[in-house]
Amino acid sequence: MFNKILIPIDLTHADKLEKAVSAGAYLAKNNNLPVVFAAVTSTVPGSVAHTPDEFKAKLDAFAAAQATKHGITAAAHAIIVNDPAIDLEDGLLKAVDETGSDLVVMATHIPNLADQLWPSNGGRVASHAEVSVFLVR
Amino acid sequence: MSDSTPDQGIRSPEGDANVIDTDYEIGQHNIETRVGPFNLDIHNPVFLVSGLTIVAFVFLTLAFQNEVGPVFDALRKWLTSNLDWFFILSGNVFVVVCFVLIVSPYGKVRIGGKDAEPDYNYFGWFAMLFAAGMGIGLMFFGVLEPVYHMAFSEPVGVPSPFDADGNLIAENVAAAKAMGMAATIFHWGLHPWAIYAVVALALALFSFNKGLPLTMRSVFYPIFGDRTWGWPGHIIDILAVFATLFGLATSLGFGAQQANAGLEFVFGIPVSNTAQVVLIIAITAVALISVLRGLDGGVKVLSEINMVIAALLLVFVIAAGPTATLISGFFSNLSAYAQEVIPLSMPFGREDDGFRQGWTSFYWAWWISWSPFVGMFIARVSRGRTVREFVICVLIIPTLVSVLWMTAFGGTAIEQVLSDTGSQVREHVIVNYSPELSLFGMLADLPMASITSFIAIVLVIVFFVTSSDSGSLVIDTITAGGKVDAPVSQRVFWCTFEGLVAIALLLGGGLGALQAMAVSTGFPFTIVLLLACYAIFKGLKDEPR
Repeated sequence: MFNKILIPIDLTHADKLEKAVSAGAYLAKNNNLPVVFAAVTSTVPGSVAHTPDEFKAKLDAFAAAQATKHGITAAAHAIIVNDPAIDLEDGLLKAVDETGSDLVVMATHIPNLADQLWPSNGGRVASHAEVSVFLVR
Repeated sequence: MSDSTPDQGIRSPEGDANVIDTDYEIGQHNIETRVGPFNLDIHNPVFLVSGLTIVAFVFLTLAFQNEVGPVFDALRKWLTSNLDWFFILSGNVFVVVCFVLIVSPYGKVRIGGKDAEPDYNYFGWFAMLFAAGMGIGLMFFGVLEPVYHMAFSEPVGVPSPFDADGNLIAENVAAAKAMGMAATIFHWGLHPWAIYAVVALALALFSFNKGLPLTMRSVFYPIFGDRTWGWPGHIIDILAVFATLFGLATSLGFGAQQANAGLEFVFGIPVSNTAQVVLIIAITAVALISVLRGLDGGVKVLSEINMVIAALLLVFVIAAGPTATLISGFFSNLSAYAQEVIPLSMPFGREDDGFRQGWTSFYWAWWISWSPFVGMFIARVSRGRTVREFVICVLIIPTLVSVLWMTAFGGTAIEQVLSDTGSQVREHVIVNYSPELSLFGMLADLPMASITSFIAIVLVIVFFVTSSDSGSLVIDTITAGGKVDAPVSQRVFWCTFEGLVAIALLLGGGLGALQAMAVSTGFPFTIVLLLACYAIFKGLKDEPR
């Protein structure tokens, strides 16, 4: 049904994404699909890494750890944007195209009042992606 | 198993850079929490102390207007009058540092690592740094300053072309015209841009090459070491937020008054608190949309639109004004600036106190108080440039644009004043001093005045928006401990807060007092910037060239 699963990751809060990662890994393992862990960052030093290269190395390590943990084939894909607070969704949509993924499994929060003002990242990806999006609450 | 996709999404290798090895993790002092439905990721204590101090200052100013106003104003006047030599000497140091960087081998160091590529093309980059740093001032002072300095200031003793009765003294005209333009360009040329360049380069170097957070404090790592992450650093960041927010909010308040004066002059819309509050709300609303669209989709686009409109107005003034005089004037003004820049930069042995202390020293304090904001913004968009390219582009090109702008607007206004005793500029600058109308007065004596005046008002407003949105991004980054991915609600908060402070001060009084306070922060920041010069060289020494 699908060829490749993309799981967006926030390396700062990777612990909070366990449910989405497990759901994506379960689908990947049972359907023998490769997974791409995608993360968005900027060139400005951040809490995860001081440089884009360091960020990429950490994302690679995260993907490798998840591959071992869940017994799946996993790759990492880092996207650099200038303003990650705003350009996150555009970055993830670009990652979908660049990696050829056709299913996105993404963590999202329970909707609240703030979503009326600006939609959640997952909501925006689901609204604009041309591929299937599985939002995990 | 793990493998990597061939295209990792990261541009070609960043190459060698000398990252500082520190145990500090960006955001380690941050508090992540929720307020109602909104997530927050704020630096403790910079966010809270800055926010509460600003609120306290606003309340104090509103409650004790008669007492607080004179105190802040006296502080600003004391600093710019008694320490004028310090500001002027420091300004010279920043220019010299920039020229040394251009010609030294350090010029080859690339911001962001040896193989980093620029994030923005020249037009987008230049539009953003110009719109954030200077645009609005060029609109306000482009006509006022050349005429004022020619007629009244007598910089370095060059006499006025008018006698006490306002009659022209023919033999003084040529020298006064040249000095009027040179003195104006002096305030908008190499010195202010050197101030911005020093701050921006220091921040860019310590962030993109050294891996430290993008906040003012990072520049001081070579001096303070790990104490940078404690209170010395907190104070520097809080002061930067303070200067930026009050600088922006008070400018926004005054800007609304100026735009309202322009609307009355051109369209007869009466000056009122309601009109000015509506203008502040409109400017803040557009700035809010801009920050919500982000750096690329909002701030950059708006800055580019701004530059195109400004360029059209510039071309119109050159075409409709005394074209031949202006074209030759560009070169003669450049030459006058080159001749006078050293005498004007001398801090001692001069008798032009009114000009040196009231204008030059005030300007230097003003540029320096804005430098954390403009410098940080320029730093954020300058990755991928070499130090030499960066300094040339931040120092030389904006200076040439300032010369062109002042030549067109100031040159046209000076010709109007000298050739027509009934000119509008003469009325608003020389006879009845009303500086906010000087630009509109100049345009009124050119063809299609109502159209160009309307465009000028739009430009004034949009320049405010481009300062407001970039300023909000900068404050958000500082108060999030250097994080650029903090929740969007925080940048919305700062943008709105700035508008509210402007409205409170406009309605309650105190714009002038707090602007004087913001300018006064120029003094501690001058010391900060001098230390930054040392930090730049120390930081560049270890970078691969």
